[in-house]
Amino acid sequence: MTTTTTVPRTPLRPTTVPARRRRVLPGPSTIARVVVLAVATFLTLGPVLWTLWIAVTPKAAGGGGGGFSLSAFSEVFSKVDMVLLVWNSALVTGLCAVGQMFTAALAGYVFARVEFRGSRALFGIVLATMMVPLQVTIVPVFMLIRGMGLSDTLLALILPAIPTAFGTFLMRQYFLGLPAELAEAAAIDGAGPFRTFRSVYAPLAMPGLAIVGILAFNFHWNEFFRPLILTISEQNFTLPLGLVTLQGNLGTGSVATVLAGVVLSMIPALVVFFFGQRPLREGLTAGTSK
Amino acid sequence: MAVTLPAERPRVDASSATLHAVAGKRARRARGLMAALFLAPTVLGITLFTLIPIVASIVLAFFQWDIISPPKFVGVDNFVAIGTDPTVRVAFLNTFGFVVVAVALQLAVALGLAVLVQSKMPGWLRGFFRSALFFPLILSAASVSLMMAFLFNQDFGLVNQVLSLVNLPAVPWLTSAGGATVVVVLVYVWQNFGFSFLLFVGGLASIPRDVYEASSIDGITGWSQFRHITLPLLSPTVLVASVMAIISALQIFDQPYVLTRGGPGDSTRTAVMVIFESAFQQLQFGKASAIGIVLTLIIMGVTALQFRLSRRFVFYQ
Repeated sequence: MTTTTTVPRTPLRPTTVPARRRRVLPGPSTIARVVVLAVATFLTLGPVLWTLWIAVTPKAAGGGGGGFSLSAFSEVFSKVDMVLLVWNSALVTGLCAVGQMFTAALAGYVFARVEFRGSRALFGIVLATMMVPLQVTIVPVFMLIRGMGLSDTLLALILPAIPTAFGTFLMRQYFLGLPAELAEAAAIDGAGPFRTFRSVYAPLAMPGLAIVGILAFNFHWNEFFRPLILTISEQNFTLPLGLVTLQGNLGTGSVATVLAGVVLSMIPALVVFFFGQRPLREGLTAGTSK
Repeated sequence: MAVTLPAERPRVDASSATLHAVAGKRARRARGLMAALFLAPTVLGITLFTLIPIVASIVLAFFQWDIISPPKFVGVDNFVAIGTDPTVRVAFLNTFGFVVVAVALQLAVALGLAVLVQSKMPGWLRGFFRSALFFPLILSAASVSLMMAFLFNQDFGLVNQVLSLVNLPAVPWLTSAGGATVVVVLVYVWQNFGFSFLLFVGGLASIPRDVYEASSIDGITGWSQFRHITLPLLSPTVLVASVMAIISALQIFDQPYVLTRGGPGDSTRTAVMVIFESAFQQLQFGKASAIGIVLTLIIMGVTALQFRLSRRFVFYQ
């Protein structure tokens, strides 16, 4: 009798009772953790919210704190050709994204599914170019663009950005993840290699293509270095470059105006954030794990 | 049905075999055509816009060239200038210092927050924190820097307003060498810790739960659990995150360019900034190429180090 009652009592009591209590009420350590995370989140989102606040409460002397008004937004449209900047950015970003999706899908498919001599070596070279920083090739690319007669055009930004080593790598991985039996089934049904790609694999690769497209969109919408070098006249500026130039012209006189522009430039990023967060996250961390 | 099936099967097999033999050759030729057509845009594009420019850059690094007059061969002068030209040397030293401080801060913040976010809490709260903390990563570095330039403005910026609330004097954030350096590091880390954070969250999520359960039963909890269980199992992620953070920090440009244009003096000038200035402001294309090549070699060195270290120190399951 004594053994049967004491043996279960000692190991059971200390483990089950606090465990159940923790499930009902968060313990002090959980609250502390959430507080730390909340502070970090506040520091992360705070500057963005402050920017928004200044932009909608402009004061004549600069800074914010006036009444609610959208005058800073109309101001930014009158100080700089916002419509043109947004159009340029959208055109460059859109064509870069679509171009990258297209070339990456084609090359990725061949590297994944079509065997030919030298395939591995060629893929290795493509992969190795991912290590080359943009800044080391920018001078010769600048010369090349000049030689092609494309300097100070939007094509100077689009054309060199269309071939993508990273996108090709991502799409190759994606196609490798699709079952090879589909190609055999398509061949038995009489489909040639082009038909197999177009009707079977390309439609299945859409989630992978979405990752390539969203990453390209995010990168090129935000990029600053290449537009700074490859465009010269303001009519070819993209949005970030236009806003930095605007700040240089206005000085700190009308903070709210520049910040209104900054807020507008963040809208597409917000759209991507809310509607394409998962592919974005997957894409950003792709290539870091095997 | 049961009678026709076995009768039909061999016929299908035979015809498909002959079809295969005839179609095999045609299919092989079609596949070759496909490989050539499909690879052409990527391979030609990368050759034209990456491979040829690398070679051109290497050649150009041994010349003095301002586009206008013909290039003049100067041997290794452009490389020597990296050590002797005070601006370039300071820019490289700034970049190294920046990489050490910013990467350490970025990894520490990211790892700490990743551990917290992966600890026990309601799912919706975890999802909210995870999204909010990686948000700055998707913004434009140029826009963020414009925003931060006003946030750290000496006269009306939010930071100095907060300092004045607690009776601290206004700090000349962007107009003093020390202040500008601190701001560049903070702005960079603010925007980029989310990337390491994502990697760490992924790494932590892949550690099996039973390891923690087993160690808790053995009485290993809290810090010692983090030190002896989490960190060794996370070491592959830590290595990858460090290398990627170093490579990206070595190329810092947007933030100091927008915030300070490299000033005050040369205090926030970086390696990429002197590439930009040498090439497109001083028209010294050879010098810019030499700096770019040295930066690339450093990046490749870091990548090579990653492979060596991962063999020696990283604990793989």
